[in-house]
Amino acid sequence: MKPILTADKAVEDIKDGCTLMVAGFMGCGNAFTLIDALINKGTKGINLITSDTAYPEVGVGRLICQNRAATLTASHIGTNPVSGQKMNSGELKVTLVPQGTLAERMRSKGAGLGGVLTPTGVGTAVEEGKQKLNIGGKDYLLELPLGADFAFIKAEIADKYGNAFLPGATKNMAVSMAMAADHVIVEAEKIVEPGELDPEKVTIPGVFVSAIVKSTLPASNVQVKP
Amino acid sequence: MDPKELKRERLIKRIAQELPDGALVNLGIGMPTMVGNYIPAGRTILLHSENGFTGLGPAAPKDNFSQSVVNAGGQPVTIVPGGAFFDSAMSFAIIRGGHVDYTVLGALEVDMEGNLANYMIPGKMVPGMGGAMDLVAGAKNVIVAMEHVNKNGAPKILKKCSLPLTAKGEVDLIVTDMAFIRVTKKGLVLEEIAEGVTIEEVVKATEAPLHIAGKLGTF
Repeated sequence: MKPILTADKAVEDIKDGCTLMVAGFMGCGNAFTLIDALINKGTKGINLITSDTAYPEVGVGRLICQNRAATLTASHIGTNPVSGQKMNSGELKVTLVPQGTLAERMRSKGAGLGGVLTPTGVGTAVEEGKQKLNIGGKDYLLELPLGADFAFIKAEIADKYGNAFLPGATKNMAVSMAMAADHVIVEAEKIVEPGELDPEKVTIPGVFVSAIVKSTLPASNVQVKP
Repeated sequence: MDPKELKRERLIKRIAQELPDGALVNLGIGMPTMVGNYIPAGRTILLHSENGFTGLGPAAPKDNFSQSVVNAGGQPVTIVPGGAFFDSAMSFAIIRGGHVDYTVLGALEVDMEGNLANYMIPGKMVPGMGGAMDLVAGAKNVIVAMEHVNKNGAPKILKKCSLPLTAKGEVDLIVTDMAFIRVTKKGLVLEEIAEGVTIEEVVKATEAPLHIAGKLGTF
């Protein structure tokens, strides 16, 4: 069984300067409750790893807008102009990584692999400083594993062993991040007894999960203007 | 419809005709997304959404949508019968593994060697490549959909791209408001011109040399 914590307790050990992965895509699948608790705690200088920085003041975008990140590793920052502004002013050190490469670097870390060979980025600025290997007549870049101290994952249902169901398009980077991070905190809308989550419906096996937190903030990545 | 819109619709329709029945297709944000609205009757294509599903459907109704089903632009959408959800590692395995038949995307510049630049302008626009580099490197067929010239009237089809590349030598087709151009080993082949456009106009608006196909079509 995994500890079920309040959001404040779950983020207690996330210190300034730590490395944090936040799952989600344009805010879809962001752990809104955990992000809120981390902001309230005041953690700064975070090395943030995320698919994108969503929108200003939405989900993971808040960590950027409220100056909590020192570095950012992401595939896309275009929908949150604050990320670009901070990158240009030098406040935020940004590393842009192709999205598929980002997923595989994290997955490889969690899978005990020494990296991945990908054709993505060959002949572009992405190949700078990387080892290039020719396999079967085709060039590949060696992309290294990427880990983190913590990961924030949002689930619809988690059982007390940490097995988690992530619906629809919320899975995105969550599976790779759950594998890659040392401490994985799952924020779940519903926490159920072992046996109540069908094992066939598990997106992330509980083996990767360190703690579970009940969601208190609703997902609000989609904002429909009246 | 204003003339610019009409030209745009024509190029989008032309690309839609290029997609065979049963194809798995990824459409980029903006003009490429509209290709999905013009699939010829009798054909069904399946759309791939790189954030994690196949079977991307139309936008969800404003009064009935899920926070969990969005497209790669973050907009609430639907999933069609026969669709499947998966995580990013799977989504990009589908892309890189060559299981996406076609990707259609815009370009800032494209050149005679099939090089594509569409993800950044140093010092001006640095949004990140998102999934574009994986898509262009991995999809079986890469179709560029764009205006033939930029907003200053300068050619976007160049001898050599000047902006940072999204991928090297991966573009197969360039379809613009003026022309349908295939990228081949011997260079760019002008296969079709848009109605009302002359070969001379296309050549003038293109920096890269064009081979004119023996049987030139119109669209």
